Amino acid sequence: MAIVTPGFRGRGRSDDRVPPGQYLVEDFPVLSAGPTPRVPLDRWQFSIVTETGLQSSWSWDELQALPASSPTVDIHCVTQWSKLATTWKGVSLDVLLEDVDTAADYVLVHSYGGYTTNLPLEDLLDGKAWVAYEFDGEPLAPDHGGPARLLVPHLYFWKSAKWVQRLELRLDDTPGFWEQLGYHEYGDPWREQRYAGD
Amino acid sequence: MARAALRGGLSVAVARRWLEARVVDARAETPTARTLVLDVPGWPGHLPGQHLTVRLTSPDGYSAQRSYSIATPDSGARVELTVQLVPEGEVSEFLVTGVQVGDAFEVRGPVGGWFVWRAEDPAPLLLVAGGSGIVPLMAVVREHRRLLAPQPLELVVSVRSPEDLYYAGELAGLPGVTVVHTRRAPEGSGRPPARLSAPELAAVVARLPEQPRAYVCGPTGFVEAVADALVALGLDPAEVRTERFGPS
Repeated sequence: MAIVTPGFRGRGRSDDRVPPGQYLVEDFPVLSAGPTPRVPLDRWQFSIVTETGLQSSWSWDELQALPASSPTVDIHCVTQWSKLATTWKGVSLDVLLEDVDTAADYVLVHSYGGYTTNLPLEDLLDGKAWVAYEFDGEPLAPDHGGPARLLVPHLYFWKSAKWVQRLELRLDDTPGFWEQLGYHEYGDPWREQRYAGD
Repeated sequence: MARAALRGGLSVAVARRWLEARVVDARAETPTARTLVLDVPGWPGHLPGQHLTVRLTSPDGYSAQRSYSIATPDSGARVELTVQLVPEGEVSEFLVTGVQVGDAFEVRGPVGGWFVWRAEDPAPLLLVAGGSGIVPLMAVVREHRRLLAPQPLELVVSVRSPEDLYYAGELAGLPGVTVVHTRRAPEGSGRPPARLSAPELAAVVARLPEQPRAYVCGPTGFVEAVADALVALGLDPAEVRTERFGPS
């Protein structure tokens, strides 16, 4: 039962693309827990490691050579901002996982700089996730996760790990950085899964 | 089991309830920022550096949520926020210019388990704030003083002009405080207005006896510059915690 605060009217909204508890921004806020890691492209590598330890790796040039997609998606941050119709370019996880043989149900994502986040493998498949390296027609800026970040727009944006380095495929689920600090295991914005127990 | 144990220490079970917060006092910090003193029965307590979510609901059922840093250390049901007026900000505008002592709204929290200070951490403290980024760091400063904590502490605050400094009276009497003005310095200041420089940061770091744990809070550009400078000075990136305010 919400408490009504007299005098508060709010600006109101009618956009059904905005999940509950969110407000729209036009700019692109930056949130991260520490300094921005900077990885030279000639030393950059992205890997997928299966539950049996088999590793597939791509250099920057190899990633660029893969077929790219240009998704336009709405994004939602747990700190309440949403941004509609953001345009990206990157490689679908369907492409990257195509030749990976796994029985894993879960993924622990590792970033340059040590950040981690976890999600079910199925949330990376079927056109729902990308390793993105362009935003709005420009190379992805370091403070937004460049040179490349995960993009999983249907979950709160902390799951879209910046500076993505490695996907660890796992048979069991294991919480990542924010998930260990009280945030929700899954993070569906439409169900307001912000904190553990939501 | 490890996961359950980890979770057990986080008070997340209480964090998910909305609680009634009544405004019991309010004061202006600057022409565009106001401190609200809230009475929140059932507040579970918090660590310096944490924030909470405010939910305002209008008589027609519309509601809006925003997060605000907590300005004071834990003191039972009493929680203080300092809210900066954001142009076009529907919640900040109401909290800075609209809400009256006696009014109530809802809060949920505390939130955030990373940008926090635990008094048992022996590392020296380096706190660097840009503008309204002082708010969560002030909770650290106040807790440090309340406990007479032994860790060396240095606070650097960057503001555009003297009128933009929050908690000016309280900060004026404290040791280990450096105020930097970027646009207009006070009368008689020996430092021309300029952005906080890497050598100035280096001088502050040099006053600390060993590698500090750093907390940097402010607008994105400020936090990027300071965090990069601290890493360039040799601080371990894992010891530099950041919280950034987007312009929105």
